[in-house]
Amino acid sequence: MSRIARVSVTLIVSLWYGTSLHAQVQEHALGNGMKILVKEDHRAPVVTSMVWYRAGSMDEVNGSTGVAHVLEHMMFKGTKEVAPGEFSRIIARAGGRENAFTTKDSTVYHEQLHKSQLSLALRLEADRMANLLLSEEQFAREIKVVMEERRLRTDDQPKALLYEVFMATAYQVHPYRTPVVGWMTDLESMRVEDARDWHRRWYAPNNATLVVVGDVSAAEVFAEAERQFGAIAARPLPPRKPQSEPAQRGVKRLGVKIPADQPYLVMGWHAPSLRDVDQDWEPYALEMLAAVLAGSDAARLEHEVVRAARVAIAAGASYDGINRGPALVRVEATPAPGKTVQELEQALRDQIRGIVEQGVSEEELRRVKAQVRAGLIFDLDSMFSQARQIGALDNAGLPFDSLDLLARKLTEVTAVQVQAVARKYLVDDNLTLAVLDPQPMAGRKPAPPPAEHIR
Amino acid sequence: MTPTLARLPPRLARRLNAVTLLWTLVMPLGCAAALPIEHWETSTGARVYFIASHDLPMLDVSVDFPAGSGRDTHDTNGLAGLTQRLMRLGADSMSEDDVARQVADVGANLAGTFDLDRAGYALRTLSSEPEQRQALAVLARVVQAPSFPATVLEREKARVIAGLKESDTKPDSIAARAFMELVFRDHPYALRGAGEPATVAKLTRDDLVAFYRAHYTADRAVVALVGDVTHERAAQIAEELTRGLPRASVVPQRLPPVTPLTTAVEREIEHPSAQAHILIGQPGLARNDPDYFPLWVGNYVLGGGGFSSRLSEEVRQKRGLSYSVYSYFLPYQRPGPFQIGLQTRGDQAREALAVVRDVLREFVASGPTERELEGAKQNIIGGFALRIDTNRKLQDYVRVIGFYDLPLDYLDTFTAKVDAVTVDQIREAFRRRIQPDLMVTVMVGAKAVR
Repeated sequence: MSRIARVSVTLIVSLWYGTSLHAQVQEHALGNGMKILVKEDHRAPVVTSMVWYRAGSMDEVNGSTGVAHVLEHMMFKGTKEVAPGEFSRIIARAGGRENAFTTKDSTVYHEQLHKSQLSLALRLEADRMANLLLSEEQFAREIKVVMEERRLRTDDQPKALLYEVFMATAYQVHPYRTPVVGWMTDLESMRVEDARDWHRRWYAPNNATLVVVGDVSAAEVFAEAERQFGAIAARPLPPRKPQSEPAQRGVKRLGVKIPADQPYLVMGWHAPSLRDVDQDWEPYALEMLAAVLAGSDAARLEHEVVRAARVAIAAGASYDGINRGPALVRVEATPAPGKTVQELEQALRDQIRGIVEQGVSEEELRRVKAQVRAGLIFDLDSMFSQARQIGALDNAGLPFDSLDLLARKLTEVTAVQVQAVARKYLVDDNLTLAVLDPQPMAGRKPAPPPAEHIR
Repeated sequence: MTPTLARLPPRLARRLNAVTLLWTLVMPLGCAAALPIEHWETSTGARVYFIASHDLPMLDVSVDFPAGSGRDTHDTNGLAGLTQRLMRLGADSMSEDDVARQVADVGANLAGTFDLDRAGYALRTLSSEPEQRQALAVLARVVQAPSFPATVLEREKARVIAGLKESDTKPDSIAARAFMELVFRDHPYALRGAGEPATVAKLTRDDLVAFYRAHYTADRAVVALVGDVTHERAAQIAEELTRGLPRASVVPQRLPPVTPLTTAVEREIEHPSAQAHILIGQPGLARNDPDYFPLWVGNYVLGGGGFSSRLSEEVRQKRGLSYSVYSYFLPYQRPGPFQIGLQTRGDQAREALAVVRDVLREFVASGPTERELEGAKQNIIGGFALRIDTNRKLQDYVRVIGFYDLPLDYLDTFTAKVDAVTVDQIREAFRRRIQPDLMVTVMVGAKAVR
């Protein structure tokens, strides 16, 4: 079970192969600045509700990394009206499911319910937006849970640990360099006041978007949202500093020693994110580039590197262009037994050089576009994923109803454009390359217990 | 325009509403329309299950066989998994790349399924032409004419073995493996599905071909379809997916019985991880088990009900000992594992273990309170619509109903069966089936476990 700290890097794949009919998303703004987005979907008598706060780990400052995610946990720990843990119990007794996740860009609280129970979810969400208690006692227990989460998901996971160091190296200035879950030292020294400050600063209606997808009437949802959230006063938000990542000046290579069985290689190149859905073209071309490399079993990395050359036992590629911050194109792989990391790196570089020098074939592009088109339909199967896509677009500052447009733009990408972005961005001066250097398991020491001052 | 519940026939949709509100309105369960699962057999005896859903222009089709890891032996461990894995890597005259391309060219997804009992493939495709026809043609070849190319086999063996070796360094995998071995001992459920490096290394193409012929037979095949096709087209698809299968199987339908534990076992495995991984359990529940509903509903209260469960309350909420703590029954043809799991910093492992044991003992002795059972029913019954609100979820149910020969009205009677469960039934079933003093306990972590 989870309050999930989710690294948002792969979101774009699900997003851009995303859903359709988003012209039907209806918008309403409350007087306090809260945005309400509703997509009616009458396939089943259920509803998904999500509250998106535009506050994620990228809004944190040094010394209190992880606080966005800690606050996410604390949002289940009681208000003036609702006792600690009761939020979950009330939703469960209403036949619902609830959880939350934190990304670099956002913190999201969601419920799935029978449609008759939507007002209950909205009332509880409004309550914890306005009236969260944040007791010292609850905080002391929950911070321990978060540290266990970090141990489980990062400290004892070789690839996650490598990825953490990789991100901290690829970004020198931008706060994408810190992990969503936070550095352990910051979790150890975190106080309930940090969580209180965070809630006070960011959990304002004018920093939130409610997304509802389900068997509902948009007009009724707008009215209900007005009733539940309308009385919460808007507050001025803290200034957001750009913290722009400067251009990289040469390749960054690093080896990370971790007790593990196999080496692992991650290569990442800085790339632009999508900002103008109409005018930009490079992000669409970068997305198609990643799909040509690793969009299916027929894609180049699986076909060439894993199956034909047998240099890797697994290989992948991704581009995360729907972001508040900057993007990366990533290629990662595990070498096959008997192959060195150097051989693997060479094989991956050969694949990239192939695209830079020869471009991609029409056949490959057609294949990837077929997947985009089918994905538009497939994603309509789940209301939850539709709500997630709508919310992610809005959170990134993009038009919430642009999913159809994004799909169309993807199908208009040309082979020349794919080659052009490969040539422009997949260059060494722009590259961070991290290698997991496996160490014998015996050499590993257990992590020390946290400092004594944790209560 | 009136909103239509196009996913389900209006009568059912109305009934879902009624059922969902049952606990507030105290309405009697109606005997309204059944969930319309159509069922028939193909000319070769394969069982077919079909739900028409014309809401989205897409189709999900699966073909499953009783060819999971429960069909392996100690010496051939990994054979079932490797057979299933290779089926998409060459079929008829199609190479692995032909298979991958022809699926991708029409935007379809082809996914393997493999567990202790089942092995098979599921295809998701657009229902339009030519997409549907091309994707299904690939599935038909993969299921009925896998060629098991020798060179591909060697490569895949190396990949599987590398994966196994990596698993053997991870605390969660080490714990899971030891747990299943101790719970199931000489039963094939004790084998890990992917095999062991030594046994996988010895497998030959002949082994795979023989396994395929013995286990991928028409008389044991289960085809499940959910989506935008007519009954006639569904029948034609099922026919095309099964008529070329090997015919009658000679292997026994039933796996050997699982014997109960006779003594408690505790195993500690040292590992330098930050956390200790703890698993506790016994053989649990079979798919057709008469105790299914009392145990399953009872487990919601014990450790299945997310943040509301007793284990979550005691281990996570009150003490902050673990991020994840749960209990579940995994039902299979024979009783699968009843399992409690958590992970905690090594020096807290003993404390967490003691808490879990107390919770389990108390629950088995006293069962849930009336209030807890009411909460469980409110969640399960009130949330029933969420269990079948996508084609994907619906198909997962239909596959299980077909494979385990559950009644066709399984989903229709589901909420009534949950509602009928009493505190006494849960307590009685847990006392009879779960022995807190005869548990397997596995702890993987630092020496701090002590």
